[in-house]
Amino acid sequence: MKPYLRDFVPTSYDDIPKATAYEAGYLVTKNAGWRNARPVLDETKCIGCLNCYLYCPDGVIFREDSKIGIDYDFCKGCGICSKICKLKAIKMEAEK
Amino acid sequence: MAKKFLSGNEAFAYGVRLARPQVISAYPITPQTIVVEKLSEFVEDGSLNAEFIHVESEHSALSCAMGASSVGARAFTATSSQGLLYMAECLPYAAGGRFPIVMMNANRSTALPWNIYGDQRDSISQLDSGWIQAYACNAQEALDLALMSFYIAEHKDVSTPFMANLDGFVLTHTYEVVDVPTAEQADAFLPKYQTDNKMDLQKPRNLAFSAGPDTNTYFKYREHLGILNAYKIIDEAEERFAKIFGRRYTGLTESYRTEDADYILITLGSLSGLVREVVDELRKEGSRVGLLRLRYLRPFPNEEIAATVKNAKAVAVLEKDISFGNEGTVYTNVNSALQKAKLRIPSSDYIGGLGGRNISKEEIKIIFDELEQQQSTVKFLGIGGETNGN
Amino acid sequence: MAINAKTLNETEFFYGHKACAGCGGSLAVRIALKVLGENAVAVLPAGCMSAVGFNFPQLCFGNNAIISTFAGTASMLTGVEAGLRAQGITDFHAVGFAGDGGTAICYDNEAYMNTGIQKSSLTPFGARTTTTPAGKNIRGNLRPKKNLFEIVAAHGIPYAATASVGYLNDFMRKVEKAKNIRGTKYIHVLAPCPTGWGVKTDETVEIAKEVVDCGLWYLAEYENGEFTLNRRPKEFSDVSAYLRRQSRFKHLTDEDIEIITRSRDEKWEFINQNFK
Repeated sequence: MKPYLRDFVPTSYDDIPKATAYEAGYLVTKNAGWRNARPVLDETKCIGCLNCYLYCPDGVIFREDSKIGIDYDFCKGCGICSKICKLKAIKMEAEK
Repeated sequence: MAKKFLSGNEAFAYGVRLARPQVISAYPITPQTIVVEKLSEFVEDGSLNAEFIHVESEHSALSCAMGASSVGARAFTATSSQGLLYMAECLPYAAGGRFPIVMMNANRSTALPWNIYGDQRDSISQLDSGWIQAYACNAQEALDLALMSFYIAEHKDVSTPFMANLDGFVLTHTYEVVDVPTAEQADAFLPKYQTDNKMDLQKPRNLAFSAGPDTNTYFKYREHLGILNAYKIIDEAEERFAKIFGRRYTGLTESYRTEDADYILITLGSLSGLVREVVDELRKEGSRVGLLRLRYLRPFPNEEIAATVKNAKAVAVLEKDISFGNEGTVYTNVNSALQKAKLRIPSSDYIGGLGGRNISKEEIKIIFDELEQQQSTVKFLGIGGETNGN
Repeated sequence: MAINAKTLNETEFFYGHKACAGCGGSLAVRIALKVLGENAVAVLPAGCMSAVGFNFPQLCFGNNAIISTFAGTASMLTGVEAGLRAQGITDFHAVGFAGDGGTAICYDNEAYMNTGIQKSSLTPFGARTTTTPAGKNIRGNLRPKKNLFEIVAAHGIPYAATASVGYLNDFMRKVEKAKNIRGTKYIHVLAPCPTGWGVKTDETVEIAKEVVDCGLWYLAEYENGEFTLNRRPKEFSDVSAYLRRQSRFKHLTDEDIEIITRSRDEKWEFINQNFK
């Protein structure tokens, strides 16, 4: 199962589990705020080789219609995808 | 039920076999070795169906038991002294993780100087680690405790690891006639371990996580409530045990001739047998003396102590333990119980039996003699060393 | 069919974690879990990957996962395996992810990064860490990197391998292979840490390739008592170029680099004689 964002954030005494055991893959915060630059795909150049998807440390690049999509909620903007792409299909653009 | 001539270690191993642990991980150390040897024989001869893991250290022994518990298996380990201290990192880990592992500890002195004989400084140094701590006084109680410990530890309201302590050599290596219950009786007593606190392929979980300043106290408070709940579950387990096996234990403490006693000696473990004899002898001479044995140090029997000694003129604690720079830790705890109950009774502390030093009847009689002076002192038994903190 | 980006399980199991941008260790964990699949039961010791993945209530493993004590990965993993087996459960893959000095899958970032870049026994000669500062008297770490791969192989386990996050197809093949072998398996995967090594966050993969290409790391396997080399660079790329681009090595003199190059050559002499 892929971890995903949940609405409910357990914070009070009654919310917390009895033991240090909780549902796997329970996300309550995004990582988008870490980013200084965002990867932007040029679809005309992408051939869907999936190297960017393979080498992304955060797993935020996924297959989409024979090309790729990027989950900007969790991309930290490290730039590995842009560097690994032989066709230069991903550009890092500064976040405003 | 069958009568067998067993040492404390062997009796405990028989009790563990009756509890059918699924994983046993242990590292040998004197005077605990016989427990793990016996259990590995049981696994070999097929009378116990468990995974026996030979780990490379005590730290690994408890770490492995936690791994087994983290997938919902019943786990057992055993250690002593240096081994207990070596696994110390894992003790609060198991308690905080609410893994109801049972561990037998053969009470033994800790180095330096090296010494393999019995005192209780090893387990008492770990009182704050979040484990239930029980102290057996004979081989029968050791066996019964082995079986009951799983019931108590695994109860959903408790979910706390359990350390069952046996005095090294004096209890672990002394033979007695012991009633060994049948597997059917044991199965009727002890339900299968069931928990949500586990990794589950159908329902994956993340375990043993970090909890920051905002929620950490909540987890720790829950942990505290869990071990306090043992108070009630120990009684439940003993009631259930009595129905099936016909032996009724008395909860966190056991008192002997204390009802009308003016002077009460508080102790724990196998020493209580000797104190009991002295009480009988002194009673014959007309002294109103009694014995209060602490069967559990965690949860601590605050109320039982206060209720038992409330009419006494003075009490003394006899313990194989010293918190250097202060006093015996059992004494500190007993005084706290008296203070909370607003009892103003003189109390003394006798540190004895360190490194297996023999405690004689005469020395126990001297304690009762000195109790009549109704002082509050801390003494090293047998060497006349008096040590009043300040 | 060989495992690659197209055939790899699309599900992400390690997601939303708080590892530094460009973290090589998180890449190794992510890929290994994708190869092992949803029935992986992961044990991670106190360290980077547990610190960034298990902050209640942000729990970043989609599969079963637990933090062990720092020194308790292997033993806890053994308990997990025994506990499941004892309950008749067999369709699982117990996997440990330890940093330098662990078991099963060791993501090697060449120092204790979680506590702030202190020397570990896998820190290479000459590297600057916070406990091996590079000054006038001592120029970084004086000890050579421990050869954990061969030490583990010496136990005669069924499978051991080295890998690098710069060559993920090789790494994935090895995890896949280990998955299907019974017994203890060990994969030592070099996983650069941009923070600790002093490179840009987008250089992690590139430098993980370069360390193999210049011969300071090698891709190999140990199986049935034999060592096999998986990649033999025709010609080594420049060692000094590899070292000088990292700030942890920037103090090195030409002599230091000469020492490192010589020890590389000795290592390869050994590899050529003893590896298939």
